[in-house]
Amino acid sequence: MNAHAPLVELKSVGKSFRSADGVQRPVLHEVDFTLREREIVALLGQSGSGKSTLLRIMAGLVPVDGGEVLYRGQPLHGPARGVGMVFQSFALFPWLTVQQNVEIGLEARGMPAPERARRAVKAIEMIGLSGFESALPRELSGGMRQRVGIARALVIEPDVLLMDEAFSALDVLTGERLREDILELWDGGAMSTRGMLVVSHNIEEAVLMADRVLIFASDPGRVRCQLAVHLPRPRDPDSPQVRMLIDEVYALMTAGAPRAGRVTEEAEPAARLTERLPEADVARMEGLLEWLADEPFRGRADLPQLAEETELTDAELLPVVHAVSLLGLARLESGDVHLTQLGQRYVEASHTDRQRLFGHQLLEHVPLVAHMRHSLEQESAGTLPEKPFLRMLSEHLGAEEAERVLRTAIEWARHGEVFEYDYNTGTIHLPDALMSEGE
Amino acid sequence: MKKNLLFYPRQVVERGSPWDWALLPLVLAVLVLVAFGAQQMTRPYEIGEPLQLSLEPIALPYYLLRTTLRMFIALGCSLVFSCVFAVLAAKVRPAERVLVPMLDILQSVPILGFLSITVAGFIALFPGNLLGVECAAIFAIFTSQAWNMAFSLYQSMRTVPAELSEAARVFQLSGWQRFWRLELPHAMPSLLWNMMMSMSGGWFFVVASEAISVSNQNIMLPGIGSYIARAIEARDLGAIGWAIGAMLVGILLYDQLLFRPLVAWADKFRFEETDSGAAPSSWVLSWLRRSAGARAVGDLFASGLERSFVMVRRQHDGTSIRARRFAGAATLTRVWDAAVAAIVLFAVWRLITFIHAEVGWSEVGHVFVLGLYTLVRVLVLIALAALVWVPVGIWIGMNPRWSGRLQAIAQFLAAFPANLMFPVAVLLIVKWQLNPDIWLSPLMVFGTQWYLLFNVIAGASTIPTELRFAAQNFGLSGWLKWRRYLLPAVFPSFVTGAITASGGSWNASIVAESVSWGHTTLEAHGLGSYIARMTSVGDFPRIALGIGVMCIFVMALNHFVWRRLYRIAAERMHF
Repeated sequence: MNAHAPLVELKSVGKSFRSADGVQRPVLHEVDFTLREREIVALLGQSGSGKSTLLRIMAGLVPVDGGEVLYRGQPLHGPARGVGMVFQSFALFPWLTVQQNVEIGLEARGMPAPERARRAVKAIEMIGLSGFESALPRELSGGMRQRVGIARALVIEPDVLLMDEAFSALDVLTGERLREDILELWDGGAMSTRGMLVVSHNIEEAVLMADRVLIFASDPGRVRCQLAVHLPRPRDPDSPQVRMLIDEVYALMTAGAPRAGRVTEEAEPAARLTERLPEADVARMEGLLEWLADEPFRGRADLPQLAEETELTDAELLPVVHAVSLLGLARLESGDVHLTQLGQRYVEASHTDRQRLFGHQLLEHVPLVAHMRHSLEQESAGTLPEKPFLRMLSEHLGAEEAERVLRTAIEWARHGEVFEYDYNTGTIHLPDALMSEGE
Repeated sequence: MKKNLLFYPRQVVERGSPWDWALLPLVLAVLVLVAFGAQQMTRPYEIGEPLQLSLEPIALPYYLLRTTLRMFIALGCSLVFSCVFAVLAAKVRPAERVLVPMLDILQSVPILGFLSITVAGFIALFPGNLLGVECAAIFAIFTSQAWNMAFSLYQSMRTVPAELSEAARVFQLSGWQRFWRLELPHAMPSLLWNMMMSMSGGWFFVVASEAISVSNQNIMLPGIGSYIARAIEARDLGAIGWAIGAMLVGILLYDQLLFRPLVAWADKFRFEETDSGAAPSSWVLSWLRRSAGARAVGDLFASGLERSFVMVRRQHDGTSIRARRFAGAATLTRVWDAAVAAIVLFAVWRLITFIHAEVGWSEVGHVFVLGLYTLVRVLVLIALAALVWVPVGIWIGMNPRWSGRLQAIAQFLAAFPANLMFPVAVLLIVKWQLNPDIWLSPLMVFGTQWYLLFNVIAGASTIPTELRFAAQNFGLSGWLKWRRYLLPAVFPSFVTGAITASGGSWNASIVAESVSWGHTTLEAHGLGSYIARMTSVGDFPRIALGIGVMCIFVMALNHFVWRRLYRIAAERMHF
């Protein structure tokens, strides 16, 4: 068969979800993508950028609104037999034994029991779980459960294997082992699988596994750029080529990040009111700034190095970096973070001054918080329900994301003493001790 | 990588295990009893012919057999009904919009209401045979069991975790395979729990469903319920004592032989991945598992199921044109909605004209006032019960030495039919010349208060240890301790208990507001006694009116009070 024949093709695929108030909110826009024979493609992007939706479209789980999805040249209306999938939370049937779980896809096809058992045992052995055939999933550790998930996907001999953040629920060590095992199977030709799509949060993982790395942009989700990786596997994470690639991906991932630094202020469009705020908690932001100010970074850090030092995963680190750069406390430049003068002042300030500074930056750089504060000041009682803000956000972001953004805004505003929030009544109100800094 | 076979799988020994011999007589005895009971159920019978009913204690085992058999059949029917209902409601969108509200209404219809409407039809179904009356009784028990089981199954099917559901689709499970491999196992724990609750409900109404005295029919089917009814008529306290004993035996048998093994077996369907304490165990289940015969039956069932999987499998995958979604669905939905709306409007119009012609609007107003009386009773009594049982429950729950044992007792008390105690209440009220409007009310929560107790016990025993230490450490005491620590901690489980208790109390009002002992009948003003009176004379328009008003009250209470409290509990007060 042709070595680079397309397996799954997406042709200008669009998808939108209807939010609670009936507004169509685009999740994917004009996405073109082809998964070919003999290649592993990794999909990177911020959370909420629609990469999971893309994977589910390829699995036939989510119908598209526009464009075309082809599997081996045939239109795809639902899950195809040749597509296997590995889930983030494993999705094992807790009441079935390991072997029954692995057999489920074969049983669904009506394969006779002896043949089914033969294949399942072989797959279980291949993935290194021999002896656990009759165990229930709850008796296994996370890593072993995911091995069952992989065996279940491989036993149906899929053409295409989809992995939805398959390693992110595992600890680092276990995830690495499992990834290496899969690559070994793939490169050793033990798998019948002809193409693999890996959705990931982890930049290093993507660079080590993939022949091609696709970086997704959000709102609406689309392919921002792609990067071919021609290094032979297994790849050494410490080799200079790999380090360079990782650096490059970090730079690409943070390129379009919101920033308030002086250098590029004119070039960036002003932040929108309903902007997706990075989900970063205040304690982590402060921690990051202190790391940056300290040895060995002294105000400037390489992102992969920072990730290693702080022991944060990419999914945890990137939102924090985005948040501090959004507030003008740090600046992002081709994969490096620089502490701004303001950030330096913040680190040196007392607790009260920090809060005041934080509040000031919030009002200046986060239009949502500024608008909430502005609306509150017009109320004689100084209180407002959160509902109208939530509704405004959900018209653009969808209900879940809107909730998340509002929670983030509230947490930041509480720290900056811009306004306070009452959980029980769901109302925001001006701080009791009204200071005049904010205005 | 070559696999070294160091161990061989254990061979099944060809001679049957000794457990089989112990089990065999038991199985045979059960079969004979069931056959005998079934034969008795289909005896020829003419309406009006009195059925022999003896108050001798020696007759009780036979009556117990008849009653348990009836309940078992009803439970089976409920199970089948629940599956059909849940599958239709969870998978067919248009059906869901009709079925779910309908079930919500049905479950607030009191059981006597069903009986009075259907008994004539069932008797006509099998002329000259006892089976018709038996069917009516079984149907009455069914109506006290089916609804919550159906709801729980439907809820579970709707809340199958998204990733499992996706896995089932990716691996091409057909609807039939999906039901047996994913949906039913996922629903099993809560379905079983609801089956046990249903059984309690069935025992509670055993008198009403066996001693059928509706629409001027007066039939007493042989059974514990009729025995009790006869004993009440004859003012025989000793016989009531015997009946209580027999019922205890019945409840115990069901618990040990049916529910305990099922619960122990269903432990593997728990979805939480962590092990929480000791797994439930059952001697019957261990016994069955050791017996080769029982295992063979189990294997037969499993292989039958697998064979059905081969037959009912998905024929095409997502690349076939048959997987394509039908674009005209939206229009069809709209047509269906319009049709449903039209039927509902027509029904409302018919109802209004019917009430206008048959009952009159003043009667409607009167019934609403009666409903208010009953509402006040339910709320006041639940508040009173809470005042007593919340502190007791918290105390028990925080003493691990007691909580396990007492919780089991409270559950048992909830299953026990409180109406057996009603004659005592009548005697006391008559003796001291008390006002029945006030003193009959406690009977309504007599059986349902235990739900409060055992839920609060469960809630209090799950308060995290750290929180207890923190409370001790800060020296919380007095009212502050209750307000800031204990009450919020048990609030969610209290609400769960109160919802069950409130629903049960409404249903119980029909038997509790109108109580008799021999020829003395005490009545309290309220909706329950109104329905009970109209049922016994068979005044259909007024029965319908009473039932309708009760439904409105129950649904309003659920909607405006309990569901809100439930939401508050779910959002804010959990660990």
